[in-house]
Amino acid sequence: MSPTAPTSPTPPTAAVSPGVPGQAAPASRPSALDFSRTTATAARALRQLRHDPRTIALMILVPCVMLVLLRYVFDGSPRTFDSIGASLLGIFPLITMFLVTSIATLRERTSGTLERLLAMPLGKGDLIAGYALAFGALAIIQSALATGLAVWLLGLDVTGSPWLLLLVALLDALLGTALGLFVSAFAASEFQAVQFMPAVIFPQLLLCGLFTPRSDMHPVLEAISDVLPMSYAVDAMNEVLKHTDMTATFVRDALIVAGSALLVLGLGAATLRRRTP
Amino acid sequence: MPLSPPAVRAEGLTVVRGTRSVLHGLDFTVPRGQITGLLGPSGCGKSTLMRATVGTQAKVSGTLEVLGLPAGDAALRSRIGYVTQAPSVYDDLTVRQNLGYFAAILDPGRAASERRHADVTRVIDDVDLASHADSLAGNLSGGQRSRVSLAVALLGTPELLVLDEPTVGLDPVLRRDLWNLFHAIAEQRGTTLLISSHVMDEAERCHRLLLMREGGILADDTPDALRERTGADTVEAAFLHLVDEAAEAAHRPATTTTTAPRNPAAPELPAPDSPVPSPEPPATGTDPRPAGAHPREETAR
Repeated sequence: MSPTAPTSPTPPTAAVSPGVPGQAAPASRPSALDFSRTTATAARALRQLRHDPRTIALMILVPCVMLVLLRYVFDGSPRTFDSIGASLLGIFPLITMFLVTSIATLRERTSGTLERLLAMPLGKGDLIAGYALAFGALAIIQSALATGLAVWLLGLDVTGSPWLLLLVALLDALLGTALGLFVSAFAASEFQAVQFMPAVIFPQLLLCGLFTPRSDMHPVLEAISDVLPMSYAVDAMNEVLKHTDMTATFVRDALIVAGSALLVLGLGAATLRRRTP
Repeated sequence: MPLSPPAVRAEGLTVVRGTRSVLHGLDFTVPRGQITGLLGPSGCGKSTLMRATVGTQAKVSGTLEVLGLPAGDAALRSRIGYVTQAPSVYDDLTVRQNLGYFAAILDPGRAASERRHADVTRVIDDVDLASHADSLAGNLSGGQRSRVSLAVALLGTPELLVLDEPTVGLDPVLRRDLWNLFHAIAEQRGTTLLISSHVMDEAERCHRLLLMREGGILADDTPDALRERTGADTVEAAFLHLVDEAAEAAHRPATTTTTAPRNPAAPELPAPDSPVPSPEPPATGTDPRPAGAHPREETAR
């Protein structure tokens, strides 16, 4: 006809298959936390990792190798191995999850998938809980292997239940995930994200009582260590090491770690913005 | 639906990025069920306008209604499909896994899993990637990855598709196929499409055009009306004509000042880095576009 008609010869290749029958247009407002969307996000994060077996191997094996190394470094003083080994069982999951989460979230931000997801009916809580679930599952595997190796093969002498060690390790992993998520908001590149590791983790590592009891430190440092969550992670591990049953101190320490993790997760959620400049 | 509001309605739409105003008080509407082309040179604010429409742009003022709701309303999130300029998919997932995940966000739950599977297969066919469905997105070529990104936006039954330069960098055959797909989507599903491009020859394929320049709307019309009004042979020539006309209009009252703003759309902003196009419009008899990309020879209806 007239040249006015927009061109659309519509050859058979371009025929649109009719929409899937029964497809409801879900126009409902997304709730704060949607179970299916959360698990879908967790499954997706794990699927991404599955295409990267080297990362999984490093995450799982490095803590085990470090523990073996430590066991023979302290070959002459098994008491020292007990104390440092137990502390490290809490610190490894924190560091690994911090690194993995900060890089994964940074990628999500820079690749545009975060913008796309937030323009879709996905709650911020779904995304964060999805990541926490996926990396938490990995943390369980990592901590179970490391704890089992330390207790049964390397002769780590724990008075309390190894299950409590595992519980603390999991809370630490959650804390690491939370810190990583939060920090990724301030990193513009993967270089920066990795540099946040020494900035955020190392001070805690020095002050958490791993090298010397916190009570022996300069009072100022001791006061600082009192407000750093990793101190309580290490304290909790040492409680399990020395006492047969769950002490009040253990419960307090575990609650502080869990509470800080939730607090930082909340801060992290606040850094996910649907509208960006 | 004769009484339904337009797909997009903007009044005094202004967007500020940093301290700079990127869109200056735009008024326009995008009618439903049609393809509206958003055309203009790079950096004129097309992407910002699109981000404002889908609700991911901060510092938006004025009125901006999308499908009758304020832009960015939570209820719109499953009714709009959006494709960013850079493909936004997970490189370490396969094409099918990428689409499966986004489908699970749009239509969650175990009960919907069969429907999702059918939907994913449909959009993979729509963008002609069936042979690459199980390849990692990161291993695909640039054009293939942008088609995966487009496929994500086709999931579900979006009422409005906002596509930011979906055909950039694609070969002519693929470009033609995608435009045919866009028309098929508009005609068979009544979907509204807002498609940006900086390639003027794609303008002829749109039902309506919004011509943009430096944060303002230069024209809002059908391609034919534009050509008729300006006496130009192509939309590109019409665009240049409008730019010149506006520049002249801006110069005339300001002959006494040497720093007359050249940009009619943004008189408050000098645009030192954007040279005024040459005053002489392309000869109206000759078509500057490459022959292979000429869309009008396909006009069969």
